[in-house]
Amino acid sequence: MRHVIIGSGVAALSAAEAIRGVDRASRITLVSDEAHPFYSRPGLAYFLAGTIPEKQLAIRSPAELAGLAIERVAGRAERVVPARHELRLAGARTLMYDRLLIATGARSIRPDFPGADLEGVLVLDGLDDARALASRAKRARAAVVAGGGSTALELVEGLHARGVSAHYFLRGERYWARVLDCEESALVEAGLVRAGVRVHRATAIARALGRHGRLVGVETNGGLRLDCDLVAVATGIRPRIELALDAGLAVDRGILVTSLLETSAPDVFAAGDVAQAWDPLVGESVLDTLWSSAAEQGSVAGLNMAGIRTPYRKRVALNLTRLADIITTVVGDVGGDPDPDLVTITRGQSEAWRGGSVGTSVVGRNATDRVRIRINSRTILGAVIMGDQTVSVPLTSLIADRVDITPIRQRLLDWPEAMVSTLLDFWRTTEARRNDGNPAPALVAV
Amino acid sequence: MSGSRHLPVDEERWNLLRSACVASLPGRCVQCGICAYNCPTGIDVRGYARRGLPVADAACLKCGACVARCPRGVLRFAVVAEAA
Repeated sequence: MRHVIIGSGVAALSAAEAIRGVDRASRITLVSDEAHPFYSRPGLAYFLAGTIPEKQLAIRSPAELAGLAIERVAGRAERVVPARHELRLAGARTLMYDRLLIATGARSIRPDFPGADLEGVLVLDGLDDARALASRAKRARAAVVAGGGSTALELVEGLHARGVSAHYFLRGERYWARVLDCEESALVEAGLVRAGVRVHRATAIARALGRHGRLVGVETNGGLRLDCDLVAVATGIRPRIELALDAGLAVDRGILVTSLLETSAPDVFAAGDVAQAWDPLVGESVLDTLWSSAAEQGSVAGLNMAGIRTPYRKRVALNLTRLADIITTVVGDVGGDPDPDLVTITRGQSEAWRGGSVGTSVVGRNATDRVRIRINSRTILGAVIMGDQTVSVPLTSLIADRVDITPIRQRLLDWPEAMVSTLLDFWRTTEARRNDGNPAPALVAV
Repeated sequence: MSGSRHLPVDEERWNLLRSACVASLPGRCVQCGICAYNCPTGIDVRGYARRGLPVADAACLKCGACVARCPRGVLRFAVVAEAA
C-alpha cells in the first residue's frame, strides 16, 4: 500500500503518524513545496517576537521522525488524477497512490493595493514569511500592520517586540469586531496602546510607496503619508483548493469531506485548514484554522486511509491565545459584527464562532477579568473569557455538551457579577452527576 | 520540613506542590515549545503536553517557569488523583 500526503503542516504530520501507528509496512510519501522540518505554525508568533529561537519550533525530534520512516519529496503537486490514482508533480514527475491525503492548508489573501508588490510588503503564512519579517525587522524603524484577528496582532506584537515602531491600521472603529464585542475590543486596543503601539482607527492603506522598488511608506485612505520600511497584512486566509478544483472534487470554500474525511473522489482524503468539515454544533460544514482541529483531522484521516474506519467528530471550536497580553479563550458561537478588517477568517479562527444562532450576551466582570457568555433559552452557545481562565474548561464542556442550564439561567441573567461562581458550582454538580457521584477532578492553580 | 517555622500559607503551598505536578489542558497546546525552552532542567514539557501526560519527571523542580510562560495558559499545577 502506498500513501501519499500533500502538505507539511500538522494535519499532514498527524496523518503520517496515525498511519504508521497501525501499519509498519506501507510506504508513506509526503510531498511539499516547503522543505523545512515539521514546525509549530502557531509558534511562529513567538519566534517573530523573539521569545524562542527558530530551532525551538521543531515539533518532533530527529529520532521521532526517523521512526516514522516517511519519504519526503520536495516539490509542487500540480495535478491529481483520481481515476488513475496519480499525483503529478512539477517537473513531469508522477507518483502513484493507493490513498491520497490533501493537507495543503491555507494561504493568506495577498494585498491588492497599489505597491503591494514592493519588497517589504509581507504576510505571515509559514516559516519563510516569519524569517523574512524577522530579518526585515532588524533594520526597520517603522512598520504598518493592517488586518484583523489574531494574525494581525501577532504581527503587531512581534514587530513591536523587535523594537520596530508599530502602527496598526483598523478599517473600522475597533479590533476584531467579528468575534469580540465592543468592550473586549477596547481591552485589547488599550493593551496595545499601553505597550506603545499606535492604533489608527478608520484607516486603511490606499497605496504603498516605493523608491527604486523599495518600500518607503504608505499613503492612507485619508491621504496621510506615513514613513515605514515594512508593511504586514493579515486580512484572512483562503484554503489552497486549486488541486481539488482541478481534479473535479466537491468544493465549497474548502474541500468538502464526509465524516470519514473522504473527498468526493475515491481514496482521496482531505484534512486541516483546506478541509471543510461538518460541525454538528453549527449544523453545517465550516472552515476553521485551529491547530487542534488540523491535528485531529490529520489523525482521523490517517486511520481511515489505513483502513481503520474512524468517524471525525468536530469538537466545539476553541482557541486559547494571548491578545495584547490578555489570555483569551474564544469558544463556541460568540456572535459578532461585520468586520471590515477581514475578508475571511484568519489563522486560529473558526467560522463556527459566528454560528448565527439567536442568543443573549451576559457579561461578568471582576477587575481586569471578563467573561462573556452567549445563551439561548436552554444552553450556553459560546463564550469569550479574558484574563483569569478559571471558567475556561468548565464553560467549554458546558458548551460542547449543550448542557441544559435551566437551573442557573435566571441567576446568570440576574446576577452577572456572580457568574464565575454560578458557573463553577453548576459545572461541579453536572460533572459529579456524570461521574456517578464522584467529584470533578480538581485543577488547582498554585 | 518543619511546618512551625513557616507561615501557614507556605506550608499549604508546599503540601500542594508536593502532591501536584505540571499538567496541560488537553487539546489546547499548540506545541510552540516556550515551556521546554524555559525549563531550567531541560525537561521536554512540550512532549508531555502533546501526549496529554502530567510532567511526572524526577528532575521537575516545580518552579513554575513553564506554567508562567505558556502564552496560552495551557499549563497548570494539578493535583493528580494518585498523589492527592
